[in-house]
Amino acid sequence: MIAPTFEWFELAPVLVVLAGACLGVVLEAVLPQSRRFGVQLILTIGTLLIAMGFLAWNFKSGSAGLLAMRAVSLDGVTYLVWASLLVFGLLSLMVFGERKLTNGVSAFAASAASVPGSPAEAEAVAAHHEHTEVFPLALFSLAGMMVFAAANDLITAFIALEVMSLPLYLLAGMARRRRLLSQEAALKYFLLGSLASAFFLFGMALIYGYSGSFEYAGIDLGIANPIYGRGLLLTGSVLMAVGLLFKIGAVPFHNWVPDVYVGAPTPVTGFMAICVKLAAVAATVRFFYVALGAERWSWQPVMAAVAALTMVVGVLLALTQTDIKRLLAYSSVSHAGFVLVAVTGASVANTADSRYSIAAIVFYLLAYGFATVASFAVVTMVRNSAGEASDLTSWAGLGRKNPLLAGAFAVLMLSFAGIPLTGGFIGKWEVFTAAWQGGYSWLVVVAIVASLIAAYVYLKVIVAMFFSEEAEGVVVGNASLLTLVPIATGALASIYLGLFPGPVIDLVTAFSVFFR
Amino acid sequence: MTVPWLTLLGLVPLIGAGALLLPVKELARYLGMFFALLTAVAAIVITGMQLGGATLAEQVPWMPTFGAWWALNLDGMGLVMVLLTVALTPVVLLAEWKLESVGRWTPQAFVALVLLLESLSIYTFLAADVLLFYLFFEATLIPMYFLIGGFGGPQRAYAAMKFLLFSLAGGLVMLISVVGIYVYSYRLLGVPSYLLADLMKLTMPTDVGRWLMVGFLVAFIVKAPMVPVHTWLPTATEQSTPGTSVLLVGILDKIGTFGMIKFCLGLFPEASTWVAPVMVAMALVSILYGAIAAIGSTDLLRLIAYTSVSHFGFMVLGIYTFTTAGISGSIFYMVNHGFSTAALFLVVGMLIARRGSSKVADFGGVQKVAPVLAGFLLLAGLSGLALPGMSSFVSEFMVMAGAWSRQPWVAALAALGTVLAAVYIMRMYQRTMTGPVTDGVAERFTHDASMREKWVVAPLVAVILLLGFLPNLALGVIQPTTEQTLSHVGVTDPVAPLGEEGK
Repeated sequence: MIAPTFEWFELAPVLVVLAGACLGVVLEAVLPQSRRFGVQLILTIGTLLIAMGFLAWNFKSGSAGLLAMRAVSLDGVTYLVWASLLVFGLLSLMVFGERKLTNGVSAFAASAASVPGSPAEAEAVAAHHEHTEVFPLALFSLAGMMVFAAANDLITAFIALEVMSLPLYLLAGMARRRRLLSQEAALKYFLLGSLASAFFLFGMALIYGYSGSFEYAGIDLGIANPIYGRGLLLTGSVLMAVGLLFKIGAVPFHNWVPDVYVGAPTPVTGFMAICVKLAAVAATVRFFYVALGAERWSWQPVMAAVAALTMVVGVLLALTQTDIKRLLAYSSVSHAGFVLVAVTGASVANTADSRYSIAAIVFYLLAYGFATVASFAVVTMVRNSAGEASDLTSWAGLGRKNPLLAGAFAVLMLSFAGIPLTGGFIGKWEVFTAAWQGGYSWLVVVAIVASLIAAYVYLKVIVAMFFSEEAEGVVVGNASLLTLVPIATGALASIYLGLFPGPVIDLVTAFSVFFR
Repeated sequence: MTVPWLTLLGLVPLIGAGALLLPVKELARYLGMFFALLTAVAAIVITGMQLGGATLAEQVPWMPTFGAWWALNLDGMGLVMVLLTVALTPVVLLAEWKLESVGRWTPQAFVALVLLLESLSIYTFLAADVLLFYLFFEATLIPMYFLIGGFGGPQRAYAAMKFLLFSLAGGLVMLISVVGIYVYSYRLLGVPSYLLADLMKLTMPTDVGRWLMVGFLVAFIVKAPMVPVHTWLPTATEQSTPGTSVLLVGILDKIGTFGMIKFCLGLFPEASTWVAPVMVAMALVSILYGAIAAIGSTDLLRLIAYTSVSHFGFMVLGIYTFTTAGISGSIFYMVNHGFSTAALFLVVGMLIARRGSSKVADFGGVQKVAPVLAGFLLLAGLSGLALPGMSSFVSEFMVMAGAWSRQPWVAALAALGTVLAAVYIMRMYQRTMTGPVTDGVAERFTHDASMREKWVVAPLVAVILLLGFLPNLALGVIQPTTEQTLSHVGVTDPVAPLGEEGK
């Protein structure tokens, strides 16, 4: 029996986030109600900044390797994903803290446990209660995402998956307005999410049965030297794929996405739409490339079919939406499809081709992430007397009410649509080259058709904002920097990634390496 | 440290567009005109340098991993297109001097969008890297979309959407080929490259080359509207202001024919000769269909759009004859069509501004109340029907001569288009300008052309006549591009080039 090793410094970015979350829980208990919100907000932002500092320190000192008894892999991809998760986490958690927009209260329920409309709830509202637990919850979830994306064995991956998901189920049910819808979203997400976890767990068991190992390298070895027939392996990987694709929100496991995205408080939706997707895609890619790379001929065609289906179904359903949050939800489904297009492109880990594929995936998610964080923040700002005015008709004439905000949102839409000179275009183009390079030229054609339909979806929003008569009773709320900074960052980053993608692409390509 | 002249040329209007983001209010028009004229001066300086033999090509890494460069170059065809662009922009700004605000869509926004469009168009014509070209090709859609959607008729939002979706569809098909070029340049060269110079040396497998060429061609056919994918053009011109239409038809649509020569013929010579018969047929259909549709149009703006469809047919025909006369004629046609269509749109715009309607039936007898405007329309119209003495005659003749040397019956069919051109122009003139003065016209035409309007038309007519009598000013610049293209494709003229028969 060897003594367990634990690389404290190398794992510090995750540990700091976890410690910040724990500290947040303690503060909930000791601080008076009135002080909590501000302190939690500062603690959260501080935690993320310190975690970034540690990540940068590790990066500078060049630390890398399999950590914590080979449970977590700190490789190039991990650096990229952790850095993006911390940045997007910071931006979306800033929106959590917005209170100016909503007349001094946060977007979260006063008392989520009370029955909607009950006297208990009214009492909590009157007493100005607020659920400041959202901050530690989000931090826990973020720590789970970081481990999930870096996990090098299935047990770690599963535990991280649960750490990531459980706080999200809670967060989804916290909306201040439209409580019932929010609770419905939380329950739906929880039930379907646990079902997906069960699939994942079952798949893990079968793969362990086949290879005798939970570790990705061991599974790879098992494929090279098979003892049993491949039935166990294939069934196991299909079941695991179900679990992973559910988290990504790929068709046919996408049905929860629109309901949950609409029901959850908008800041939480922004957080889920980018951070969960990023972590889940990273985990999927790592599992399929590192553990199942040798079995690629079996899974690539399936993944290609899922990608094609996800893109087409996503854009077609987005086409019919009249609610901006639902539209963005279906758009996020279709973007999952575009990312999966690149996943099919590559083959084994660490060949030149797979480097391009992974770089394409990461770049696409960066471009998508900046646009997503900012666009959900914009959604929180367009309001009527009842709260957020998410119906598309309310967005009519926004360009006249607030040209700057509408202009920023137009940039984000153009980036989603993949129009040149935005990051979205470079991302799409990278993804397409990766897929064609991997021999999937038909998938590129499907993706192009989907892009065209998608363009119409986003242009519809631009038309509503700029070329329609102003909607009555809708105003652009007066937001604080906590909302405005993410919006500005997202819009500027979308343009920057479109004009000067060279350095970012070089960086991402250089770091698209997995350890085994 | 060499000065990046070409980058600077595109930067001037871009800075102008940026300056117009400031709240300059009343100064917007003057500021816009200043930057447009400054660009024109810069372009003239650069023309002088280019003709003086200076090397202006620029090449800076942009996305090294993917072999994409910020590469600009200036050849004969690019030069005339850039000159066309910088000449038309100030004219358009002057013509739309009196544009009225539509809500937030102020004249300031119009001027800023026009300058942005000018900058992007210049870069499109200069790009020597396929990805860079694609990027600007698509980026020009955004300002044009807002120009159509922001200013103009009641159906403008629909027209803008139609324009954008057609163009995007074409552009996305081209994107497939752009991606394919990356893959094949990687396979054949060992390193990916989007540089035009590198790609022209590649020998693609025949099938692949043909497929990739078709991708490019689809985008260019939509852009240089050819039947049957031309339907967005009449809608767009009908709904947008005449100034926007000039930029759209005069400059942006030229990217289509420009691209055919530079990219289809340049990158895929084998595939281009393979597709030539189909393109010639499509060109003939466009020539005749456009002309007949123009005769049948009841709306002046739609009429001009259809004449352009017919004219674009001539340009495409010239390209796919693979003769010196045909290709030079086609490039020259692009320039001439730019000026003569600009004149037509702007003069018609002046008429519409007075009458408040663009229907042919609402006019009649204008000649008697506004003789100068009527004269302008006649001049512009005659240039449109390629009257000898006008520059368009030279180019149309060259295209026909090229076609004749390959297949006389093609030239004969195309000549029908010329006959029909006389019909649609003279019929329009007759129905709007001559005859008894109708009530509406008598009431609304209170003044003839103003000084500003004369200054709008004068430079256009001057250029048309100048190039009509001295076509060699332009042809001398165009000829080297043609010869290069033809020798790259590897075809020779079936008969001696025009003017060299005796040698």
